[in-house]
Amino acid sequence: MLRQLEGSAAVAETVGLCRPEVVCAYPISPQTHIVEGLSDLVRAGRLGSCEYVTVESEFAALSVCIGASATGARTYTATASQGLLYMAEALYNASGLGLPIVMTVANRAIGAPINIWNDHSDAMSQRDCGWIQLYAEDNQEAADLHVQAFSLAERLSLPVMVCMDGFVLTHAYERVDLPTAEQVDAFLPPFEPRQVLDPADPVTIGAMVGPEAFAEVKYLAHAKQMQALDAIPEVAAEFERAFGRPSGGLVRGYRAEDAETIVIGLGSVLGTIEDTVDELREDGVKIGALAIKSFRPFPLEEVRAALAGAKRVVVLEKALAVGIGGIVSANVRMALSGIALHGYTVIAGLGGRPITRRSLRALFEQAIEDRLEPLTFLDLDRERVEAELERMASGGRSGPHAENILRESGIVGARSH
Amino acid sequence: MKRATRGSTLNRVEGSRPTFEVRIHGRGGQGVVTAAELLSVAAFDEGRHAQAFPSFGSERTGAPVVSFCRFGDTPIRTREPIAEPDALIVQDPTLLHQVDLFAGLRPQGYVLINSSRDFSELGLDELSERFRPERLLSVPATELAREHVGRPMPNAALLGGFAALTGALRLDSVIAAIRERFRGAVGERNAAAAAACFHEVERERAVVTGA
Repeated sequence: MLRQLEGSAAVAETVGLCRPEVVCAYPISPQTHIVEGLSDLVRAGRLGSCEYVTVESEFAALSVCIGASATGARTYTATASQGLLYMAEALYNASGLGLPIVMTVANRAIGAPINIWNDHSDAMSQRDCGWIQLYAEDNQEAADLHVQAFSLAERLSLPVMVCMDGFVLTHAYERVDLPTAEQVDAFLPPFEPRQVLDPADPVTIGAMVGPEAFAEVKYLAHAKQMQALDAIPEVAAEFERAFGRPSGGLVRGYRAEDAETIVIGLGSVLGTIEDTVDELREDGVKIGALAIKSFRPFPLEEVRAALAGAKRVVVLEKALAVGIGGIVSANVRMALSGIALHGYTVIAGLGGRPITRRSLRALFEQAIEDRLEPLTFLDLDRERVEAELERMASGGRSGPHAENILRESGIVGARSH
Repeated sequence: MKRATRGSTLNRVEGSRPTFEVRIHGRGGQGVVTAAELLSVAAFDEGRHAQAFPSFGSERTGAPVVSFCRFGDTPIRTREPIAEPDALIVQDPTLLHQVDLFAGLRPQGYVLINSSRDFSELGLDELSERFRPERLLSVPATELAREHVGRPMPNAALLGGFAALTGALRLDSVIAAIRERFRGAVGERNAAAAAACFHEVERERAVVTGA
């Protein structure tokens, strides 16, 4: 049914339709509305025997999920930012044990400086922890991906993160076509675990593995992610047949077929990119976009195929690998082995800085003329940065960067030194 | 793999109305975010595409807060904040001297300010010269809210005023959105405030335009 509702509410409703048996989460902005929504559903008795477990931290939340999933329960959690980092050790355990937990990550920056706004630093920091990572472009897709995520997770016995931009999507009201319980039931059969802790048939899950077998177990984790490269488009195609709309998959091109310049992005920024692509297309510029929907596994072949005819690629990233620059770009470059084209990395939208059509247009125009630096920071205030570098170079006690920059910007509350 | 369901806001369908962009200014606790949400629901109820979002996370009681709503006949893809609004709703006139409320307002834009003073008394004569004066109105929404809701919450009332000032949404869809969000007596009282504000703005407009 078409409804106008908040992204978080759409996700909570949809997760509810997936009939989770255990939900365990710890609230953190901007994910909180999702788990509040689910706790309301459980309290109202709408999720049957589903147990909502409250805990004292994200580490505990995911640990409870691991235990619950190992007993064969369909298990869900959600987090963001520092909460995801606090889960880090348990993330590797969930994937290493092959437990099909589904988690929403409401993408948010990581401190310091503390910042509650959107970027992809949190999910990108955990890209290699063995979870599948899917990125939603809008709230319809965010909702749909959760249905697909449970299907994928249980098919492959792997945990799945559904990444949606914090605030930009979680707090945005837009129209979402919510499926019915019957539709989701028909799409998503009850969870049949590959492994289960059952007192009647005892097994060990999580045994110590020495040098004689560790690499083999790790290889299997990789092999399963490679299987996911087939499973993700299969599940997306089944979803489209069942629900009548496209959602998910590995990549999605936009006006990319004949494009000389292709802009790559993940998540909700694709909408703004597409509007900008349309503006430039009206001026006769051959530009297109490529959305990467699955970052883990990374669809090397699909990215390579999409870029094969292009002259240049601009990778727009909402995260920064300090000391080198791009994270997505590094992965895109692996897809380009042997293909010669200009590659640009653009760091944009850090800590919630708006990514505007005006800035994107200027950026793409520079790229088309190959005047862009290999690593560009969109809308960076060079003056403020240079002033702080100078202050630091002058020696002595120059003070903390964040507070100095705030003071330079005329933002109240920063003490002068 | 183009998505047929997601059109461009630029390549508009012939005869369709362009996307209308509203920016709402107020203070934390005045229902600024809820107001944008209600506008989007009203637009949705009229079968239109709509997107509402807050100025992400800075809401604290009393602090300046901004929310945004876009609506139109085609799917809305952009996610950027609204820099060049077609309409501004100012829930708290004390912001006039604190925030650059009118930044980016389109030349044909509308302004609705919650105040019992007119633009001249608010020191906004300069604004009347830059924009179409019949599209700039103040309305005592807090007083209307006190009267009808029993609380000084101007947000729902102002949405009725917005419908009258701009004609971009109908009063009945605004009222339906209010009733959907606030059930029971609270919804009815806010709906009454919105209707009263609608009629007050209509009356003021008749005076300004001499109609």
